Amino acid sequence: MESNYNLETRFQERIDREEKIEARDWMPDKYRKTLIRQISQHAHSEIVGMLPEGNWITRAPTLRRKAALLAKVQDEAGHGLYLYSAAETLGATREQMIEDLHTGKAKYSSIFNYPTLAWADMGAIGWLVDGAAIMNQVMLTRTSYGPYARAMVRICKEESFHQRQGYEILLTLCRGSEAQKAMAQDAVNRFWWPSLMMFGPSDKESTNSAQSMKWKIKRKSNDELRQQFIDATVPQAEILGVTLPDPELKWDEESQHYNFGEIDWDEFWRVVKGHGPCNEDRLKARISAHEKGAWVREAAVAYAAKQKEIADQKAISA
Amino acid sequence: MDNDQLKDNLIRLVTHLGDNNLILGHRISEWCGHGPVLEQDIALTNIALDLIGQARMYYQYAAELTGGNATEDSIAYLRVEREYSNYLLCERPNGDFGTTIARQFIYDSWHYFFLHALQNSADKQLAAIAEKSIKEVAYHKRYSSEWLIRLGDGTSESHVRVQTSINDLWKYAEEMFEPAAFENIAISNNIYPRPALLKEQIDSFRLEILNSATLTKPEVSYFQTGGKTGIHSEYLGHILSELQYVQRAYPGLEW
Ligand SMILES: [Fe+2]
Ligand SMILES: [Fe+2]
Repeated sequence: MESNYNLETRFQERIDREEKIEARDWMPDKYRKTLIRQISQHAHSEIVGMLPEGNWITRAPTLRRKAALLAKVQDEAGHGLYLYSAAETLGATREQMIEDLHTGKAKYSSIFNYPTLAWADMGAIGWLVDGAAIMNQVMLTRTSYGPYARAMVRICKEESFHQRQGYEILLTLCRGSEAQKAMAQDAVNRFWWPSLMMFGPSDKESTNSAQSMKWKIKRKSNDELRQQFIDATVPQAEILGVTLPDPELKWDEESQHYNFGEIDWDEFWRVVKGHGPCNEDRLKARISAHEKGAWVREAAVAYAAKQKEIADQKAISA
Repeated sequence: MDNDQLKDNLIRLVTHLGDNNLILGHRISEWCGHGPVLEQDIALTNIALDLIGQARMYYQYAAELTGGNATEDSIAYLRVEREYSNYLLCERPNGDFGTTIARQFIYDSWHYFFLHALQNSADKQLAAIAEKSIKEVAYHKRYSSEWLIRLGDGTSESHVRVQTSINDLWKYAEEMFEPAAFENIAISNNIYPRPALLKEQIDSFRLEILNSATLTKPEVSYFQTGGKTGIHSEYLGHILSELQYVQRAYPGLEW
């Protein structure tokens, strides 16, 4: 039998040659665990992320907006589904992953622990939150694990549509009445910093990063992605005519990047640890949906078993 | 009846058809993010999207007939309770998943056969909307029938639950067969199918599915009606206060 040392070396060589790792290939245990953790958290984020926007489906201001928002939230459910399937190729079960979410063992993106207080939030979320997600996800289309990379390709197309749609909501508000402009500005004020926090702790603090980069699960660091997002977003804010709530935000000729102010890391960790404004409500909503659905899932299983029995009996007597 | 009266009548009819789909679509959209399992969350949202899309076609037609500043949104958002003419069934609360399925089954079983007949309407626009919608509604009918069977013939708990939902909702199952004045006028002009002619087909389809689901058709001594003439349950006002919130708080703006 080949030694683990050799297997791991050969595995790393495959990664270095940019070969995709597939479900049946040998992989280090830690690689598998890291991916299951990351993909399932990503899936949970899609699902929990349905809640803040779902909060406005019944109040969307026009039929066109209502249909678009409904379709967007439905897309997120679809993303959750692809991602759970991708994690299942690594041996995780959807049941276990969902249980981990409900017990708090698995995390989801903290951005969804902020409340949606106005229609403009649907614009700000599409523009900033989907926008930040895209930065991360475009990178992940080239991640070393094949099923994850392929899920991301599908997801990215829809995410950029979401971002354009969100931007267009804000653009309409910013071209509208004073009250609408104020609503748009307020939404941007509330979602700007939490969107920057979506990229995770700064590289100095980030513990899992080095190994993930070596395995090419990630290809850019948190800080690189955050900078890339800011650089792309500031000019879009100028077109909208909204102010980003950071007095230190300024173009730097020398680095050819925007400088920006210090993120409130206390807030970041507080929300990660469960003390954001909506953590409890979000989790309760997910647990309640799951518990209320238990009898439905049981009925479906029981019915399928009865049908199978009937089919088997037919096969025997045939 | 002069042409203006006929047109007003047609507007009422078209708006009524829009209202059914909007209000039921709105109810189903309340499930989004809270479904019993991800796949069914997605499926319910699909149905909501279809119904809202169909409501838009009716409202756009009503706006075109109305003329002036009327739009699909002014019709959808800027009326008061008594001016909505959806069936009472459409505004019933979602309840549990079984209640939503029972409500959907009652609606779809009417909706499908109704659209089938509406395709022959003398009004070309209505015939075209029916033709476009029926493919979607055929899917809705299959979905709600399959789930009714699955829940009825699933576990003893699911059987009791969904039988209770059917019992509770059946009193709203016949409003569609009692034509309102605006429907009678449209019927006499060959714009609208005669409900009595659909009833037999719908009754037998409903019975067939209830039987497959091992469910009993409830005996109802008094069917509830009134939605078509704007006599609603108390639920509608609350649906509208959500639906109309932004339009009412910031009147007259673009969104
Ligand atoms: Fe997504
Ligand atoms: Fe998205």
